[in-house]
Amino acid sequence: MTALENTTMNSGTAVTGRIHSFQSLGAVDGPGLRFVVFLQGCPMRCMYCHNPDTWLPEGGTEYTVDEVVQKILRYRTYFGKDGGVTVSGGEALFQAEFVTGLFHALKAEGIHTCLDTSGVRQTGIKTDKNESICSTDVEQILQNLLAVTDLVICDIKFTTEKDYLAYAGGSLSTVLSFLSLTEAAGVPLWVRHVIVPGFTDSEAEVQTMIDLARRHTNLSRIELLPFRKLCVTKYESLGIPFRCADVPECDEATIKRLSSLIPKNLR
Amino acid sequence: MEAWEGFKGQTWKDEINVRDFIQNNYTPYEGDGAFLAGATERTSKLMGKLSHLFDLEQQFGGVLDIDTQHVTSLLNYKPGYLDKDNELIVGLQTDRPLRRGVNPFGGLNMTRKACQAYGYELSEKVEEEFLYRTTHNDGVFRVYSDEIRKARHVGIITGLPDAYGRGRIIGDYRRVALYGVDRLIAEKQKDKADLAASQPMDAETIRRLEELYQQINFLGKLKDMALLYGIDISKPATNSKEAIQWLYFGYLGAIKEQNGAAMSLGRTSTFLDIYFERDLQNGVYTESELQELLDDFVMKLRMARHLRTPEYNELFAGDPMWITESVGGMGEDGRTLVTKNSFRILNTLYTLGPSAEPNLTVLWSRDLPENFKQFATKVSCDTDAIQYENDDLMRPIYGDDYGIACCVSAMRLGKDMQFFGARANLAKLLLMSLNGGRDERYNLQVGPEMPVYEDEYLDYDKVCERMAFYRDWLAKTYVTAMNMIHYMHDKYAYEKTQMALHDTNVHRYMAFGVAGLSVLADSLSAIKFAKVKAIRDPETGLIKDFETTGTFPCYGNDDDRVDLLAKEQTELFLAALKKIPTYRNAEHTLSILTITSNVMYGKKTGNTPDGRRAGEPFAPGANPMHGRDKSGALASLNSVAKLSYKTCKDGISNTFSIIPQALGHNEKERCSNLINILDGYFAQMAHHLNVNVLNRETLIDAMNHPEKYPTLTIRVSGYAVTFNKLTLEQKKEVISRTFHEAV
Repeated sequence: MTALENTTMNSGTAVTGRIHSFQSLGAVDGPGLRFVVFLQGCPMRCMYCHNPDTWLPEGGTEYTVDEVVQKILRYRTYFGKDGGVTVSGGEALFQAEFVTGLFHALKAEGIHTCLDTSGVRQTGIKTDKNESICSTDVEQILQNLLAVTDLVICDIKFTTEKDYLAYAGGSLSTVLSFLSLTEAAGVPLWVRHVIVPGFTDSEAEVQTMIDLARRHTNLSRIELLPFRKLCVTKYESLGIPFRCADVPECDEATIKRLSSLIPKNLR
Repeated sequence: MEAWEGFKGQTWKDEINVRDFIQNNYTPYEGDGAFLAGATERTSKLMGKLSHLFDLEQQFGGVLDIDTQHVTSLLNYKPGYLDKDNELIVGLQTDRPLRRGVNPFGGLNMTRKACQAYGYELSEKVEEEFLYRTTHNDGVFRVYSDEIRKARHVGIITGLPDAYGRGRIIGDYRRVALYGVDRLIAEKQKDKADLAASQPMDAETIRRLEELYQQINFLGKLKDMALLYGIDISKPATNSKEAIQWLYFGYLGAIKEQNGAAMSLGRTSTFLDIYFERDLQNGVYTESELQELLDDFVMKLRMARHLRTPEYNELFAGDPMWITESVGGMGEDGRTLVTKNSFRILNTLYTLGPSAEPNLTVLWSRDLPENFKQFATKVSCDTDAIQYENDDLMRPIYGDDYGIACCVSAMRLGKDMQFFGARANLAKLLLMSLNGGRDERYNLQVGPEMPVYEDEYLDYDKVCERMAFYRDWLAKTYVTAMNMIHYMHDKYAYEKTQMALHDTNVHRYMAFGVAGLSVLADSLSAIKFAKVKAIRDPETGLIKDFETTGTFPCYGNDDDRVDLLAKEQTELFLAALKKIPTYRNAEHTLSILTITSNVMYGKKTGNTPDGRRAGEPFAPGANPMHGRDKSGALASLNSVAKLSYKTCKDGISNTFSIIPQALGHNEKERCSNLINILDGYFAQMAHHLNVNVLNRETLIDAMNHPEKYPTLTIRVSGYAVTFNKLTLEQKKEVISRTFHEAV
């Protein structure tokens, strides 16, 4: 069975997903104007996470694929030739089958699909039956998803296993193997990296990240995002300590300076 | 004829037909803005001088000077100049820049009050002259019923043009340039002779004969006005400079004669481009010289002023003239009407700096050249000074030679005119329906009497039934007032210059309006989907407040349950208006546009079932209430797009503010995303969008430090204002609006 056929089988609109929120005007999450779906639930605990309210898998509201598609179709006049739908999170891969069903339906409507993810996939992947599954199954699920994905935006958060585990609670190697999967699937790739002063803002660190990203021939863009603290109030209302409370925000000048390390054709 | 050398086509030569001239001669432009020239040294110097005068005007409390001795008209002032030796285009409303004339034809009392507000006294000379004259205002109040007076007083109908010029009439000023005044007089004389020979000689025919007499008379005065400046406009303009000058004299004559609420320019840039192209090709002018001419013209437009009372400014803030210029659009044959001059006119926002006037309005089509879309959206992001209206929606109705009057009112140039008139307060209509025709603030019986709504909880069907009754009453009162106003305006303050620049047989619209649509929709939604308890005033027995339990959908979230209530209410109101015949058989139209009067309307309206407190401002125009559009910018746009232009043919105004960071990472992305927003919104047959790309913090800083932002311009509701000219109350309201900022 090919990946695509398998996807078709799994794309029944009966699959439901837990959704944190929708953003009807996303202008900075992929090309053009995008409708952004923020999924609920994330296995990672990044120190600078902007959306701690999306962490718990049992939060959010349950939607069927069809309900979400109907919502999205109201915005298709705004998509133009570049825009479309971005699924973000939470962690989009945490509900990979739902996203596959959604993307499949969107492709049928001719709508551009973008997956915004950390690339961390080993833990917590939910299946229909909610059973734990072996890694070859995981790979199959991801291949099914990538078969209906037009663009992957993947965040390379830290460049060493040690940092990744300490500051994000995940494993760099899984991210890198996910990137290889996207390359094998021939899906265009954008890599993102948040510049956190004192943690990820050294030129050496950024250069390493760029080198990691450039190993993949499907890479077409690298974006540096400034660390911001607009999320402080979210942490306060959730009663969760914000590990970056004392870290200063990243200024535009730093982003500009570090961006010069990125090859021109990838900016 | 030398003036027409090289111009193609015949029909426009045989009859007055500017559209035919344009179609035969204009050069569509699909390129980008790279050809544009910047400001010359002369322009910058002149603009510097003008900016200084603008500063002085602000320091003087908003009015630099008033000539209280002369009544404004075409020939009553000596020629005035900004800088006689360096001006390319000449002509001022009075003898000195920014000096305002007095125009008591609309109403003497208003003129007196306006003079006094700025420390002047209307001269005895003018007072005496008007002892023996009836003003428009006198006429209206001779015939107003008690009911109309009460409806005006409590503010269920507000902003009726019964004390000032009605405006919203666009003279086809291009005719002056293309034909010269002598030809226009000859055509009008022919029309008058034909009419004089017709039968029956009834009241309407006699009225039209006299109007034609006045038109011809004022065309003569227009020529004399130009001669005061040493310029003969009896013959067609022969080059770019003359074309602008002739056209501007037409407009100047109109604003010397009338102080209409909105005196718009029309659609002149593509017309002028024909002269510009001819002169470029013949080496008469360089690109830089052409931009200079246009800059000079726009400076003159920025100097146009009317004398208003502070009460007027409270309704329509920022001293607006609504010199609306419609730019771009597509032709019926599929060619774009964008020319190089469409770029040049927008370029004046760079060469002269951002400005509220002229009110630059881009007629947007899906098919506009990509380069123009990019340029216009860049200007939007940089200056917040332009608005967009849907050409794909309007062209099938008006053809491809219409212009926008005021903010959103489309009219075929030289062929349509409108009787403008204010707006009815729909939120108040709901309250009055509940209170049996009594006003909730004044405890005054305004409409027909009925017991106050009796049940403890509001029932949707019962409320609708009551509203149906009072809606009919309101519509009747409103149409009656409008008929009286426009009868008297025609009689005592007829627009002679502007109507001389129309065809003799014009189509008339009567443009009604509504305010408080989003408050009404949300209130009805609360009644329908939640539980609304009526709280009564123990003394008067009137319903003064509401207690709402449960949730209800709010307009602005792309939720049909409430959005369709808003749509239905506009349809019901238009249907009620249409039951009452209009003066001169004008076509009833409706707008959802408040300008800045949403603040005033809110002040005059008690607590509403949606949770809005008494006195709180309404949302402007067709906008959702501030902060209630919680599903993002596009959901908010989708809600407004559901209102039908077929019902609201006088325009549906929507103002959209977004922070730059939410629109894209960089300028290029922001422009292309703004293009997508406009394309997406207008593809749903929405009508109008004001675009502001700015941060709330900028406005707060400008409120606290006005000196740092002398030219900060923002779009409000159908027009733009210099932020500093708003009252503190209006500034706060603008700051409280929804800024879409999802990143």
